[in-house]
Amino acid sequence: MSIDNDTHTTDTNSSEVVSQLEHDDLHAHEISDKNYVLIALLLAVLTAMEVAVTEISSVPESLLIPALLLMMAVKFFVVVSYFMHLKHDAALFKFGFYIGLAGAVVLYSVMLTTFHFFIN
Amino acid sequence: MSDTTTEPPVMPEPETEIPAGYDDGQDHIGLAHHTTTGLSNTKLAMWLFLGSECLLFGGLISTYMLYRNRQGDAIGPDQLWDIPFTSATSFILLMSSLTMVLAVSAAKRKDERGTRLWLTVTALLGGLFLAGQVYEFTVFYREGLGYTTSLFSSSFYTLTGFHGVHVAVGIIMLLSLVGMLAKGRIVGDKAETVEMVGLYWHFVDVVWIVIFTLVYLIPA
Repeated sequence: MSIDNDTHTTDTNSSEVVSQLEHDDLHAHEISDKNYVLIALLLAVLTAMEVAVTEISSVPESLLIPALLLMMAVKFFVVVSYFMHLKHDAALFKFGFYIGLAGAVVLYSVMLTTFHFFIN
Repeated sequence: MSDTTTEPPVMPEPETEIPAGYDDGQDHIGLAHHTTTGLSNTKLAMWLFLGSECLLFGGLISTYMLYRNRQGDAIGPDQLWDIPFTSATSFILLMSSLTMVLAVSAAKRKDERGTRLWLTVTALLGGLFLAGQVYEFTVFYREGLGYTTSLFSSSFYTLTGFHGVHVAVGIIMLLSLVGMLAKGRIVGDKAETVEMVGLYWHFVDVVWIVIFTLVYLIPA
């Protein structure tokens, strides 16, 4: 370390460390803007596929509905994982969100089953 | 005292790498704000809020699914939906998620001009989506689908209306953020504030991903 740096105060050093930590934290799982555009492109293609599948009248309903649900689920988790950064976020954040999502899926599946939605 | 005898300040090394989302104990204006979890309380609160929103929209979506064939002699979904138009508005909302994530990315780079630009574009795309929804509602109303026409119409307008209100609130948040950034009125971590608004906006988008498939694409 040069003699010039001796004049630095402890506060300056602390802020440098904090900046370094922030920098490391930021770049640990950083997705570049170019990759964000590619992810958006994937989402757009999936949306186009969803619409195209519904327009093809020859696709049987038994195949159409699972295909649409699958594409919907992929789009949902791509946005949550990459745009919302939940994939690389803390476990407590994942728990907070997914407990609500899982609770909603279970609760309303039971409700729909009770009203014979899946039978009709 | 000569310079050579002075101990140079030692740069303390971080003991471990702080995982993404964890609080390093300092905010960006230098004030300590330790939390019991070591995580940002603001971010934790936002994720818990979004988890609870899943339950709200889950209730509205399942109610719609239950009533979507209950229109009696009134007009039903198959006669109303304009899939190419709704696909276009869905695409607009999807792209607003891209511009939002670019705003967050710019905020993390401390590029304030870029942040304001992408936030404004996101708000404009959101406004375009909302205008499309208002147009769609107007067309449906003219076709004879009022709020109380049938169980189908009530559940449809309630679900998509609630989503539209969320989009409107998001636009207000985005524009307020642009204004506050311009006037330098954000206290604390600007990047985190932009990220919180971003999380809300992306959630509005993922809810529409579900609505678009379950309401518009899956045949009644």
